[in-house]
Order: sequence, then C-alpha cells, then structure tokens
Amino acid sequence: MEPITLFKKKYTRLEKITKATCVVEADNVGYEELAYVAGRPAQVVKIMGNEVTLQVFSGTEGLGTNAEVIFTGRPPVLKVGDDLSGRFLNAYGNPIDYGPEIEGEIREIGGPSVNPVKRKQPSEFIPTGIAGIDLNNTLVTGQKIPFFADPDQPFNEVMSLVALRAKADKIILGGMGLLNDDYLYFRRIFENAGALHRIVCFINTTDDPPVERLLIPDMALTAAEYFAADKGEKVLVLLTDMTLYSDALSIVSNKMDQIPSKDSMPGSLYSDLARIYEKAVQLDNGGSITIIAVTTLSGGDITHAIPDNTGYITEGQLFLRRNTDIGKVIIDPFRSLSRLKNLVIGKKTRSDHAQVMNAAVRLYADAMNARSKQENGFDLTDYDMRTLQYARDYARQILAIDVNIGPDEMLNQTWSLFGKYFSKEEVSIKAEFTDRYWPIKDQ
Amino acid sequence: MTTGFIKAIISNLLIVEANGPFRQNEICYILDGNKKLMAEVIKADRNKAYIQAFESTRMLKYGTPVEFSGHMLEATLGPGLLSGNYDGLLHNLSAMQTNFIQKGDYPPALDFNKQWNFTPLVREGVRLQAGDWLGEVMENSIIHKIMVPFTLSGFWEVSRIAEGGDYKISDTIAELTDTNGRTVEVTMVQRWPVKKPVTAFLEKFRPGQLMETGIRIIDTMNPILQGGTGFIPGPFGSGKTVLQQSIARQAEADIVIIAACGERANEVVDLFTEFPELDDPWTGRKLIERTIIIANTSNMPVAAREASVYTAMTLGEYYRAMGLKVLLLADSTSRWAQALREMSNRLEELPGQDAFPVDLPSIISNFYARTGLVRLNNGKTGAITFIGTVSPAGGNLKEPVTESTRKATRCFYGLSQQRADSKRYPAIDPIDSYSKYLEYPEYLESMKDKTGENWFEKINELKNILLKGKEAYEQISILGDDGVSIDFHTAYWHAEVVDYVFLQQDAFDEIDARTPMERQKYMVDHLLETLHTPVKFYGFDEVQPFYKKIIDRYKQMNYEAFMSPAFVSYSEEIKKLLASPAAIS
Repeated sequence: MEPITLFKKKYTRLEKITKATCVVEADNVGYEELAYVAGRPAQVVKIMGNEVTLQVFSGTEGLGTNAEVIFTGRPPVLKVGDDLSGRFLNAYGNPIDYGPEIEGEIREIGGPSVNPVKRKQPSEFIPTGIAGIDLNNTLVTGQKIPFFADPDQPFNEVMSLVALRAKADKIILGGMGLLNDDYLYFRRIFENAGALHRIVCFINTTDDPPVERLLIPDMALTAAEYFAADKGEKVLVLLTDMTLYSDALSIVSNKMDQIPSKDSMPGSLYSDLARIYEKAVQLDNGGSITIIAVTTLSGGDITHAIPDNTGYITEGQLFLRRNTDIGKVIIDPFRSLSRLKNLVIGKKTRSDHAQVMNAAVRLYADAMNARSKQENGFDLTDYDMRTLQYARDYARQILAIDVNIGPDEMLNQTWSLFGKYFSKEEVSIKAEFTDRYWPIKDQ
Repeated sequence: MTTGFIKAIISNLLIVEANGPFRQNEICYILDGNKKLMAEVIKADRNKAYIQAFESTRMLKYGTPVEFSGHMLEATLGPGLLSGNYDGLLHNLSAMQTNFIQKGDYPPALDFNKQWNFTPLVREGVRLQAGDWLGEVMENSIIHKIMVPFTLSGFWEVSRIAEGGDYKISDTIAELTDTNGRTVEVTMVQRWPVKKPVTAFLEKFRPGQLMETGIRIIDTMNPILQGGTGFIPGPFGSGKTVLQQSIARQAEADIVIIAACGERANEVVDLFTEFPELDDPWTGRKLIERTIIIANTSNMPVAAREASVYTAMTLGEYYRAMGLKVLLLADSTSRWAQALREMSNRLEELPGQDAFPVDLPSIISNFYARTGLVRLNNGKTGAITFIGTVSPAGGNLKEPVTESTRKATRCFYGLSQQRADSKRYPAIDPIDSYSKYLEYPEYLESMKDKTGENWFEKINELKNILLKGKEAYEQISILGDDGVSIDFHTAYWHAEVVDYVFLQQDAFDEIDARTPMERQKYMVDHLLETLHTPVKFYGFDEVQPFYKKIIDRYKQMNYEAFMSPAFVSYSEEIKKLLASPAAIS
C-alpha cells in the first residue's frame, strides 16, 4: 500500500475533525477510496458534494487542520501471492515480522460476492477429534461458525486446536483486538506444530487503534479467496474476536451521527457481519473457505445484538461452558449447533450417527431436569439417578474439550454409555441400529 | 429523458441532481464507466432525487452521470420462469458467466429465443379484460396461460388471435382493440411494477381448503389453508429454515416460489442441489419443475433484498391469475424490514420502535394483503398461500416485526428455543401457536370427507391433553414427584406421548418427514384410543417406564411405511402393553 503518486492532488486543509473521522474539500474522489491523512491511512465513508468524509483508521489524535491529504485513486488493496505463506501482517497487509515486503498481484479487498448458483453444497467432514464438536456439531468445509464464549474461556486454545487438526491447506488468522499475549500464543502454537508455512496472519492487537480492526476480516478473506479460488486450496479462516470488530463498527457509525439500533449497534450490523461471514464458500474447483470465528459474550447473554445477529448469519455456533461436575470446559450440547452437520453425518460418518447424537443429548437433557429436581430438594427416581451418572460420564468422555478420539470411537463410546445406564426403550433408537450396536453386557 | 449526476454518496444512498421530472420509485441507472448500475428513487426534494443503489457504490464519484428510466421496478412475466434462479430484481443468476457477481451484469429472466407451442383459447370478437386468458403453452408440467396484460384497463375486443403453433415469447399472439378503437399488440411477455398489487380478478374470498404439508403439528393441530397466511417466528437455531424447506418440498401446491431474502447462501445452495433430485410427492415429477427461487442472500446488496419479496409476490400473482395454487415462502421477512430500517436511517427519518421506520406495520400488512384466494373473471379460482419466517432480535416476540406480522396473518407457528434445545423438532410451540382457520366453518365442513365428523373435537382434545400435561408438570416441579397424586403423572405423560409421537417429526427420515392426512387421522384416532384406555398404576414411578415403552413403540411405528407389516406389529404391541401394564418391568 505504498504508492503515493505524484499525479494525485494534495489537499492541506481539514474542515472538520472528530475522534475517528475528518472532512476535507476535494474533487474527483471515489466512494471507499483509500487516502492518507498526514501519512495515516484513511478511507472515504461519505461524499457530500465536494465535502469528503474520511475515516482515519489509526485515529485522529494530534491531527492538524493543515494536515496533508493524499488520495490513492483506489480502494484498500492487498498484494496476494504465494509470498503470503508463513507471514505476519498488520491491518494494511504490511509485514510486522521484519520479513521482506510482500510481492504479488494487487487485489481490492472486500470484493464482490460469489454467485449463489456457482457455489457447491459443502460436503466434506472436518474431523477435529473433539467429540463435542465431531459428534454433536459436526463441521463441514465451506461452513461459517463462531465460538460463543465468555472472555475467560479458552476459546483461542480450542480454536487453534481445531485449526491444526483440520488438515487445511492454509490457515489464515485474522486477529482483532488480540491481546499481545494471545498473539504470541498463536505464533508459538503454529511454530511448534511446524505449521508456519501454511499460515497467514493479519494482526491487530490491543496496542493498535481499534478502527484499524475494520480492515482485518476483509484482508484475511481476500487472501483466503486468492488461495481458494485461484489455487483451489482448502482454506480455514480464524477470526477472533468479532465482538471487538463490531464495537469498532459502532464507534464509526456513532461518529457519523447515525441513529443507533439495538444495543447501540448500527442498524446495518446484520449486513455488515453477513458480508464477512458469507465469504465462506465451497467452490467447484475443490477450493473452499471455512470460517471459524469467536464472538465473546458478556455473561453468556446471547440476546445482545452482536451474538444475536451473528447467530442468524452463521451456520450454527459452538458454546463453551464450564462443567462443574467434571471441572472442565465442555462444548455445550444444548446451545451449540452445526447447521451443516446433516450434510455429512451418516454419509461421511457411520449411519447410526444422527440417532446416537440425538438420543445422547436427549438423555443429557433428562439429566439436567433431574439435577434441578435435586437442587430443589425433591427425591430422585431410579431413572433420574441413572441419568445423572450418565451425564457425568458423557461430559467427561464426549463433551470435554480435551477429548481427542476418532469418529467411530465416539459413537462406540456413546453406545457403551447407553448400555451401561439405560434400557433400549429408554434410549429409543431405530431398531435397525439398536440390533447392530447395543453393547453386550458382561454379567 | 431526465438525466442527472451524483451529488452525494452515503453507503448505498445517493443524492442525484436531476435536470427534469422524475417519479417516486422510478428506476434509474448510474453510468459507472461502461457499466449501468440499477437504483431506485425513494425520495424527492425539489430537483434532488434520493436514490438507493442496488449495487455496491464503491469508487462512484461526485458528478457521475445518472439516467432516469421513466418506469418503476418491473418484473418481466412470461413462460420460462419456472425452475429458474433469480436475484431479487429478477435477473437470471444461472446466466451470469463468472463465479463472482459482477456489477451491472443483468441477464434477463426469460429466454427470448425459445419457441413455445401456443394454443389459442379465444376467438376473434370476444370481449376481454386484464388477466383474461388468450391462450396457453406448456411450461414444464404446468399449463401456462397467456393473459391480457394486467396493465390494460377496461374492456378489449380480440381483433386478431394467432393460430396454434410455435412462437417466441416476443412474437405477437393477439391484437386487442378497445371501445375507442385503440389497438394493442399482445405478446407472451408482459411487465408489471412489482410494488403494485395485481388486481386482475373478480373477487377475493375466504379460504376453506386445507393446504396439506405432511407436517402433523401444522396439518392437524394448526392447519394452513389454500390462500391463507402464516408466519414462523423463531430465534436462531430453532429450525425455521428446516421447517420452511420441509413445507416447500411437501406442500400441496402447483407452484412454489421461495424468496431467500437476506439469508445464508448455503441454504439456497441446498435448494439448487436437492430440488432437481427430489420428487414432488403430489405429481411424482421433480420438485424443481414447480419451483422458482429468488435468491437475494445476505451478502447481496441490501436494497435488492427489499425488492426481492415484492418480486416474489408479483410472480405469485402472475401464476395465481392462471388459476393455479401458489405457495410463497419468504425467509426471512425480518431481513426485509431491516433493509427498510437501513434506508430510513440513512434518510435521517425519525425512527420508530427499535429504529424501524414508523410505517413498518402498514408496509407489512399491505404486503400480506396481496396473498389470498381469488375468483378470476372466468369463475376459476387461484390462490397464493404465504408463509414468512421472522427472525426476532434476541428471540423476543414483542419486537416490531413479529408484532406487525402477527396482526397481518392468520396462522402463528412460534418456534420455541426450549423445544429446540431439547431437540423436539419441529420446535413449534404447541401451546402458544394457533391457526385462526380452525374457527372457519367452511374449513371444518371441507374436512368431513377426509377426517370424519368430530375432527375439531379431536384436535381440541389433543390440545387439552397438552395443556393439562403442562399444568401437571408445573405442579410436579413445585410439589415433587410424591407430592402430587398419580393422576398428575399420568396427565404429564399423556402429554409427552402426544408430543413425542405426534408433534415431533423427523424431517430427515424418509417416511416420518411427511405424513399424509389419512395417516395423520389414523394416528390421532390410535393415540386417543391409547390415552382413553385406563391404566392402573400403584406408584408414580411406574408411570414413566410404562409410557416410555409406549412412546418407543409409536416412534418405531412412525418410521415404518403406513400399514406395512412392521407398522401393524408395533401397533399390536401397543395394544398388548395397554392390556397388561403389569407386564412392564
């Protein structure tokens, strides 16, 4: 993003300055064009006659009314090429790893969407070894799914585990408002796994200005589209944390005097988020973009505008919750959902998968009812007691995030739990499967 | 022609200075290099036109020229629309060449080179009015009527009609003359502004016939009728889309129009992929043959999202005028309302509740009013049944879109988070949901052949069992298992039997996914007989195991073909269990 051409007109008077934007009188400026205000990258967000409003990504602190404004004649771009592999870049696509400049083809970020009729139906199972995901919330290439988690939960750890086990050709990390420690954590994990050559990172840490975050998803997804569409690779994009991205959106809309809707978010939040998440795609050349994101919640509240709009856009969500029974974090089987799982379960996995998954969750729900009976001081029936014992084993063997087993093994383990605690009627699965898989008791 | 140039750009809202007259809702084109980008006038202020662009406005500039077209947003109607995939403005998505949607790429919906075998239905000299049938062609398996254009008012005499034979859609197939001697040439194509309702029919009347969906909790408990309206509100993850897709696959309709309005692209891909493979249960032909998909997914421009529901409705009205039963599904009408909100916000209008425009309720009710059952001028009937989903923010059913839609519709299929969490699908809340059509005497009368005399009483009894079960559950939760009499446990488990066996349905199982009305009636009678059979229990802890066994046998029954040997044998097992409950361990 270096070229500052001599042919472009310079302006040296700012009409207005707010915390995030400034206004300059200029001609022949394109909407969403990239500019530099006193060397700081900025983007056109409003044109009113010859009054041009610029959003200054790094903030307007210390900007003088005589600051020099230079327009670049194009929207923000990224240089794409094989050079990107293994690199750590900032929100503008410039290296932060002290490596050489990226060489490659210049692409506009935030480009057009894939024609829905040119998409392919996602059909490839992504095994992660985490049974709470693979069994109950199976992931598929081309899917978009966030982790919904409170800030104290280990979402970045789980996400990096999923990324490394997912056998993707490229992993692209978009870090927004990442704590520096977490940035270093990702870096070390990828290095230790020997995976650096298939990683590209776009990083905005809490040290960087918040508005810069707005560029991160578009940068990451432009790189992803290059590898998926041009190279036919399976690309996994990790976006963390989309709540901080949305906060940056609300800062800008607020500074532009827009009427806020629910939770002081801009009214266009749904469209803004959808534009990003809908980049997830399965293409007919075999390439795919899978997006795994993080949306942090405040106190588990999913009715807040950010998780709420996200839930309507993404293909499910993975909920992390601390289970006090076993003292571990689990993938919550009730609130978690993978909408695309039906495209692979029973097809790419064993045919009993769907029924086993549903029966196991139903019995776990019975256990939660028994738990609340117990907490209210009522006597428990024999069935209640058995569900509670089952729930503990199920949480430990299947739901906990430290589980790492294959897809057949998790079905077998669930069947053995069924056999250990319940009768066939209580489990109520199609006879065809019960006949084949019901465990034979030892005694 | 009026032209102008761009004065201001705020996201997809542009202010254009015009050099002549222009109309509200007029379509104009932004001349961006060699491309023409579509936009619509949404406000006029002296010579300034406020327009919403149906495209990204990236790199547009102050001074970019604009041309006004003189007409509103129109749908081009004619044979060849079926089985197609269009964007919200009725551009043919399948005809776009590149993987990525390019700005200004607007392939037309209809194929102007294809030949259709036209059969005239009228003779010269006949007096007709808008919507009357001139002739017909076969479109897939549908008899597609060629009509007097909806835009013609008054009476017109057929002064010439083409002979039977092959014609292109743009060939003249009739000449009409009005009382003043004015003559128009009619082709197989006509245009209609999508935001105006088509009124080329004699009258609207009350629906009275069931639109069978094969979904038990809808057909039996909360039926929707041909020409009726319903909506499905539900928080994310409660199964709105799966439910709507089941309805699209199974419903008793001649034409199904699906408007994917601001939703996920992969869901549309499901339709593209599966509908050419799946059979229409009513005709045995492929589902895609009777389907039109309007795909304006969430990443496509917001303004076109608003247009997409109107486009879909106009197509529905077009096929209804041919005397067909049209089912229109829109997923989700909330995204349409949000598109209105985004625009209203950029226009700096004073906001209503939750920043939605204040006229939202009237926009929604006007839209729903375009559906319904009509008698055409020739006495035949046609229907548009409409089911929209609503995505309430935060799952709160008191929000403006849900509230406004509730007032405009007759069936309410509220999806419950709690039911979805415990995987009780379809997650339609059996207590809160309703169908006003159960109060229509025409409907109950029409069901007598299919379901016998006291169908309404039976439905009511099922609803009562569910309600009693809920009350019993609350009592048990407060007082404890042994704090209430055994009757409470029985009441609770009776409701569970109805829930598990009848309300819950496996949309992914080949047999269970669709229950024809005959089988639904059989199951209702079977269930009621079971629940009427007195069973003696000696302790509350005997109730649950007994009914779990009953539920299990019924569920196995649901998975078997109707009246197959396995089906009958499970049914007999249930009878045996009821005869000797003591045999339960």
